[in-house]
Amino acid sequence: MYEMDWSSIPGALPFLWKGMVLSLELTLVAVAAGIVWGTLLAIMRLSPLKPLAVFAAGYVSLFRSVPLVMVLLWFFLIVPQLLRTVLGLGPNTDTRFASALVGFSLFEAAYYSEIMRAGIQSVSKGQVSAASALGMTFAQTMRYVVLPQAFRNMVPLLLTQAIILFQDTSLVYVSALSDFFGNAYRVGDRDGRLVELLLFAGAVYFVLCYAASWAVRRFERRIAV
Amino acid sequence: MGYHWNWLVFAQSVPTGETTFLGWLLAGLRMTLLLSAVSWVLALALGTAMGVLRTVPIRPLRAIAAIYVETFRNVPLLAQLFIWYFVMPELLPFGERFKQLNPMLQQFLASMICLALFTGARVCEQVRAGINALARGQKNAALALGFTLSQAYRHVLLPVAGRLIVPPLTSEMLNTFKNSAVCSTIGLLELAAQGRQLVDYTSQAYESFIAVTVLYLIINVAIMLIMRQVEKHTRVPGLIGTADR
Repeated sequence: MYEMDWSSIPGALPFLWKGMVLSLELTLVAVAAGIVWGTLLAIMRLSPLKPLAVFAAGYVSLFRSVPLVMVLLWFFLIVPQLLRTVLGLGPNTDTRFASALVGFSLFEAAYYSEIMRAGIQSVSKGQVSAASALGMTFAQTMRYVVLPQAFRNMVPLLLTQAIILFQDTSLVYVSALSDFFGNAYRVGDRDGRLVELLLFAGAVYFVLCYAASWAVRRFERRIAV
Repeated sequence: MGYHWNWLVFAQSVPTGETTFLGWLLAGLRMTLLLSAVSWVLALALGTAMGVLRTVPIRPLRAIAAIYVETFRNVPLLAQLFIWYFVMPELLPFGERFKQLNPMLQQFLASMICLALFTGARVCEQVRAGINALARGQKNAALALGFTLSQAYRHVLLPVAGRLIVPPLTSEMLNTFKNSAVCSTIGLLELAAQGRQLVDYTSQAYESFIAVTVLYLIINVAIMLIMRQVEKHTRVPGLIGTADR
């Protein structure tokens, strides 16, 4: 029978914490960028301008059809070259974090755009008609009437998606970036204690995500009409 | 950018000589399809069973299903996969036997169990939503007619709920195929892994990634077309969103 030995975890906590900080940074930036770009995509998709609508629809279905692992691999391939040609960075600059950020933001934007689209469509048509009767332009209608309500309706879903995104950040493993999961794996591999470290990492994710989704559910009940 | 495109790379034979690089990609495609299809069937069975448990009027059973769902939804897929592949063989009694299997079979089995349980939790929530969406009168009417609870589920609730949740299940099915790419991290040679291997051997990264991406798109479109037909046949007449388009 396997003998558990958790002794390599306490000493590794600072290293694991550094990884957690990176995972959280990645999540926060990707959520923010994803919501902004996703909202723009949703507006484009619902806009009367045909080319914009087609572009947004194509973008969303492309990113939703490809596995996140493939998207990340793509961006680890393209982004470093772009950064080097555009910014003239040397070949030794570590561009993995930037690549992961761009990859996650563009990928998650496709999912956020679907949430925002549903949010925008949940606002009743009469409001849009009323706004245009008051002489508001399309942009003003979106900015002052539709989006504020769409956001409020969709806050729980946006937060749930953020929890999923936090779990997905573990996939930066494919580029050997030092996120929480990657660091836990490295410590376990080094000390020959993979079993304990992986169980520990799983438990930490579980506690964080369970607590977060519990909080979202409570929040949802509080704002429910 | 000075990149040399060479689409003929797929026709070159691999170092061991028994096939071409295209052969590698197709082998990866087969692996992705096999793994995802098997996992999906298992997930559907498990998810339906758990989804029923989640709605029965027996508290301990509901609790078991709730614990299952919360556990598998709140741990990242990658962590779950590593736990099945690296941890469970050490802890489970038949782990020693598992470690003596052919490494490829080990990777496949771990991936299959992982994807099935992960997806099953999502299917379970869809099944629960489907059952809860039915009018309460349906179950009461079935019970009043003298059906036992399991008969009510078997003949009344599940057939209708199943038809209601075809669209969300379609997207879970697509997710299973996409999630199978995560299994490349434990060395399973599915589509994404073959793509990376091709880059390592030929450094024709763009050709390889484009080919892999296109193959994933094809899988996606094919499933969507098939499921659209299924949806058309299973649609419940008279409900919103089920009107003929």
